[in-house]
Amino acid sequence: MTATTQDASGGPMVDVGDLTVRFHTARGEAVAVNHVSFSVQPGEVLGLIGESGCGKSVTLRALMKLLPPARTTIMGGVQVDGRNVLAMSERELGDYRGGTTAMIFQDPALALDPVYTIGQQIGEAVQRHTGCRKAQARDRAQALLEQVKVPSARSRLDNYPHEMSGGMRQRSMIALALSCNPKLLLADEPTTALDATVQIQVLLIIRELQKRLGMSTVFVTHDLGVAAEICDRIAVMYAGRIVETGTVGDVLQSPQHPYTQALLASTIHGSMRGTRIEGIPGAPPDLTRLPAGCAFRDRCSRAVARCAQDVPPLAAVKGLGKAACWLLSQDGPSAQSAALA
Amino acid sequence: MSSTVVTAPDFIVDVAGLRKQFKVRPERFGAKPKVVHAVSDISFKLAPGATLGIVGESGCGKSTVARLLMGLIEADDGDVRMAGLQLSQQPDQLKAMRSKVQMVFQDSYASLNPRMSIEASIMFGPVVHGVPRDEARHTAHDLLARVGLEPARFAGRYPHEVSGGQRQRVNIARALALKPEIVIFDEAVSALDKSVEIQVLNLLQDLKAEFKLTYLFISHDLNVVQYISDQVLVMYLGKIVEIGPVQDVYERPAHPYTRALLASMPSMDPWRRTQAPPIVGDPPSPIDPPSGCRFRTRCQFTAQACAASEPLLQAADASSSIDHRAACHMLAATAGTWQPLIADGTEGAA
Repeated sequence: MTATTQDASGGPMVDVGDLTVRFHTARGEAVAVNHVSFSVQPGEVLGLIGESGCGKSVTLRALMKLLPPARTTIMGGVQVDGRNVLAMSERELGDYRGGTTAMIFQDPALALDPVYTIGQQIGEAVQRHTGCRKAQARDRAQALLEQVKVPSARSRLDNYPHEMSGGMRQRSMIALALSCNPKLLLADEPTTALDATVQIQVLLIIRELQKRLGMSTVFVTHDLGVAAEICDRIAVMYAGRIVETGTVGDVLQSPQHPYTQALLASTIHGSMRGTRIEGIPGAPPDLTRLPAGCAFRDRCSRAVARCAQDVPPLAAVKGLGKAACWLLSQDGPSAQSAALA
Repeated sequence: MSSTVVTAPDFIVDVAGLRKQFKVRPERFGAKPKVVHAVSDISFKLAPGATLGIVGESGCGKSTVARLLMGLIEADDGDVRMAGLQLSQQPDQLKAMRSKVQMVFQDSYASLNPRMSIEASIMFGPVVHGVPRDEARHTAHDLLARVGLEPARFAGRYPHEVSGGQRQRVNIARALALKPEIVIFDEAVSALDKSVEIQVLNLLQDLKAEFKLTYLFISHDLNVVQYISDQVLVMYLGKIVEIGPVQDVYERPAHPYTRALLASMPSMDPWRRTQAPPIVGDPPSPIDPPSGCRFRTRCQFTAQACAASEPLLQAADASSSIDHRAACHMLAATAGTWQPLIADGTEGAA
């Protein structure tokens, strides 16, 4: 079976429209995701970027309907491969999770079952979704481990997760995720817990397999360098909203939103030695008590009166992507770039 | 005791031949216990006011070095002198040492007592060391203000009532409460978001200048280490593979492992993506490390000499400073093969 791109529909693989996720907490309703809309084309890698608590992982979990129903209110639409995920029954979700869509997590030690071998876990997924025999599933599991460059894959099938190193475990989880040829891969900080030399190996494996299998991918990360390595497009989130979106080149090279600019400026890299960077003052707002208007305004050095009143819409910036900032509608992108330089 | 006070005006930290092995419980009864070679023969010196960055991957022993220096675990062998005192496990000597050397850990929540207010946590050290409570409280409030936490708002709060960045500031204030000369940071900013990380790093640099501190800064983040350090020490499986001034090590890395580490950093430039991983495989287990050079199993330059004997630290290359040293048998063969990182700024110079 050649799992190349697209079915006949021709539409986007993922279409999220006006998604809002609220958690009921002891301190009140926390708005974790706030009117978020985006789409992912077949074969495209979208990066969700932001700091902790910005809603990037919650958005990803909503795409798989993994949020606890008793404590969550979800509004809006999540369409994956033309189907409404939020309306799926448990039985449909069983086919959908791991079949159409697969997910890899930050911590493979928690995501893998400690009492089953790697071969059993991958084999189980293959049997569940293809209905093949145990021996075939084991062969498939071996082929998958070879695909993610696990050395001596045959003997590794009989290893338990604790017998493997972190990088090997993460590779095994990628093999598990790819076992049923998903059309959509959801990756939640999959390389964050890995060492630098292993991170780049795993990143290149994901990139190569994503290209080869033509999977759409939503890649959540806080690391802009990782995003530059793998993403086609980026959506920057802040306090539950997408504040800027565009191609990876546009967002990293000509950031428009003051938050994106500040985030890039406070990301340390080689040439910064000996200089002093003034990061972003303050901290993100409390999601249970979101201020009116733009959530970033208290930390923004260029906030104007209007920022406190209305939430800025995500509007197209000429020649670039989209950004949600009142300043951009007033003085245009050129003034912004000049202010940055 | 006169024998413990050593005058070493040039170096505030002098570590010689530090060694630590951990025994692992055998898999079956009666089997010979396995030994983790966590730290094997580490020696370095640090001038007052300098910042030494220690980098390496997980399991390379960098945190064990920090714990050995703090006297939290006992070394098997080696000689540690810091701030004019010799490290020993004698309780009174250890107490004297700890007023000079303090440590900040990665997990800001786990390193504070959840049942003590922030003020009480910061006062705790000085009170143990005999400072009157009123004076300790006064110092605590001063330090809270200094690390950017308004004493009136934060002194009475408990660790769970403040954010991660604020908690790490509390830990920094607590480390400074004893007026130390040396502070060890073990991945102290790794758990923080980027915008908070830079705030804390700036604070550390201000405090260093203000209180004339010497830092040991342990991190896996090469960018952060380059930003904050004067000297860099690269560890691999319990040994130093390269050490030197930060510019030399980052611009002319001599050891193949240092080169691989630097080349593994994501490029930040979507048009210059990494095409092939600089080294393959995971770091081997520090149980039964490879003979000879411990990096030889992942090194592209391996020769027979690498398996036969352990390489010693030697001058890295002619154009670097004399303090730049690397432990590799193949230094002559690999000299000149390093492609400088393509980045804006200083790094393309070589």
